[in-house]
Amino acid sequence: MTPPNGRGLLHLAAAVDQAAAHDDVSVHVELTRLAESGGFDFVTLGDSFARPGFDALAVLARVAPATARIGLVPTVTTTHTEPFQVQAAVATLDRVSRGRAGWCIDVSTTEGEARLFGRRHAAPVDTLWHEAGQVADVAARLWDSADQGNAHPGHSPVRVVDATDRHARATAARYADVALVQGTNPGQVGAIRAELQASALAHGRDPDELRVLAALTVDLGDGERAAEPGHGGGGPRQTAQGPLYRGGPVDLAELIAAWHETGAADGFHLTPVEPRRDLERLVNGTAALLQHRGLLRTFYPGSTLREHLGLGRPAHRYAVTGGTS
Amino acid sequence: MTVRTPAGQPSREPLLQQVHLAVCFPGGGDTTAGADFASYERLARTAERGLFDFLLLAEEPRPAGPRGRIPDLDLDLDLGLDLDPDAAGRPEPVTVLNALVALTERIGLAATVDTAFNEPYELARRLATLDHLSAGRAAWNVAASTDLLARVAEFLDVSRELWDSWTPDGIVRPFAHRGQYFDIAGEFTVPRSPQGHPVVIRPCDDSPQGREFAASTADVILTRHGAPEAARALYAEVKGRLATYGRDRADLKIMAEATVVLGDTAAEAWQRAAGAGASDGRRSFVGTPESVAAEIDDSVRTGAADGFVLVPHPAPGGLDAFVDRVVPLLQERGAFRAEYAGTTLRSHLGLRDPVWKG
Repeated sequence: MTPPNGRGLLHLAAAVDQAAAHDDVSVHVELTRLAESGGFDFVTLGDSFARPGFDALAVLARVAPATARIGLVPTVTTTHTEPFQVQAAVATLDRVSRGRAGWCIDVSTTEGEARLFGRRHAAPVDTLWHEAGQVADVAARLWDSADQGNAHPGHSPVRVVDATDRHARATAARYADVALVQGTNPGQVGAIRAELQASALAHGRDPDELRVLAALTVDLGDGERAAEPGHGGGGPRQTAQGPLYRGGPVDLAELIAAWHETGAADGFHLTPVEPRRDLERLVNGTAALLQHRGLLRTFYPGSTLREHLGLGRPAHRYAVTGGTS
Repeated sequence: MTVRTPAGQPSREPLLQQVHLAVCFPGGGDTTAGADFASYERLARTAERGLFDFLLLAEEPRPAGPRGRIPDLDLDLDLGLDLDPDAAGRPEPVTVLNALVALTERIGLAATVDTAFNEPYELARRLATLDHLSAGRAAWNVAASTDLLARVAEFLDVSRELWDSWTPDGIVRPFAHRGQYFDIAGEFTVPRSPQGHPVVIRPCDDSPQGREFAASTADVILTRHGAPEAARALYAEVKGRLATYGRDRADLKIMAEATVVLGDTAAEAWQRAAGAGASDGRRSFVGTPESVAAEIDDSVRTGAADGFVLVPHPAPGGLDAFVDRVVPLLQERGAFRAEYAGTTLRSHLGLRDPVWKG
């Protein structure tokens, strides 16, 4: 199905993080089901050893049997955990969700986090991202080799990298299936997308196999009337937490459709400032409008996250097989 | 906020000696690499229907190599070498159990995790998360494939320090541990969990040091003694050591691995048992539901074990016959619960909550 603007269908993802540190997991279930009802590709849940919170992969494993189609993408840090354990946990999330797992690859940069493990000192960020890429590569090779005997190959968990930090971009270009990028206008996002695609090509990848999602924090609290200069229909504003959109769900749908039209991004990763309020408005306002325009799916034709994203085999296969899948 | 489950203190010694029951997955020598999630779900639901204390997930052996590690990533080497294709995609027990939390309500969820391949901070965090998500049903079966007992002991000590680092009323305090094997400090990211500490299970090590370690620190030990006399001798010895550590006999449960083969007649059961193959040194109950229920009850009454971890035949339905035909008979005898009295695994097992060491 091709939408009226001739581009691929929009891909939407939502963060289901909660403000308080140790929240009721039933809220994670509720938010993920809500995003699923809106046809979102996946939800993300952040994690770090540096602040209070549960293990994110564990929380999404708990959410998996309570949902049916939506992708589940916890942050998984690679700096202090043995690579075998990393891949085992991610592969198992994929198993319990029947092919819906991804992992947002991240690194632990602080000395405080290093002291929790007592094995090494904090290392330069470039080094950590290089390691993270190797862990992603090892994991993909293990999963691929396991796939040889699997009746349903190609279910290798989706690799997501937040490419906001420049240090993460080489790893994103080389190994990610989905890159998250920030910008306050399509030009900025498109420029980073072009940089990532050129780098992917240099690594022997098909650049079209890298999905680029624009990351936006959204505050739909005051509705359509909130459009103030630099907000709402005027586009997002840069803040310390990244681009922030404040306005109504209808204007947000306009913004998403307009950016998508330019080809700057394949979709959006949306972080609601008030998850229960804003995600409900996103789904019933913004997503419903985008569906009405034929830009967003109204049901899931596939069952795996790779299918939702229109991705074939894991990217590294292109280096080996030259692009057949 | 997560609400702490008011587990209450279970009654210590029931009037009648109660049998504790658990089931181990996988049930046979088969690899679990091909097991889909539905087979875990089926077994968990069956075991919960049977009011079992807990479901125990075994862990597959690791790929070969030094400490089973994937080649050091700091080295520039071909990562395609030394990778065991069978190693990938094997289920990781803690993650499977987190998913089973969604499909079960009361049964305990025990993960076998090897200390040799983990760091205390991360493993303690993952187990505490499981205990929170399951409202107090988590257990850790402490495997130690290559670790020295001293390292395992320190690993367990550090884990408990981390679990105790939040006060029961939710205040986080920094921890610092410097020992022979671990030197770590900082703050734990997870509040004290509903059980205080997840239940700690240890496979029985036949060395005197191993038994001493189990007696000093485990909540449950798993044994594999086929002969009742040997089982009773071990039971008496380990329970006898508890006083040395200021522990009651009820503070440690001894559970023996067992296989069960049922038939409508004893002859039919024995015929089936012959076809099922060896019990691998485990206690084997073969007979009619009546005789098996009597034998299990008798074993617990005569001090061979506090209960059994069933290792069912891996074929689907391997546990159903036991739950449908033997459990009701154990209940009739007053030897097994008619419903779950509490919500936590500690309450099922009749274990006290650990004392918070502030």
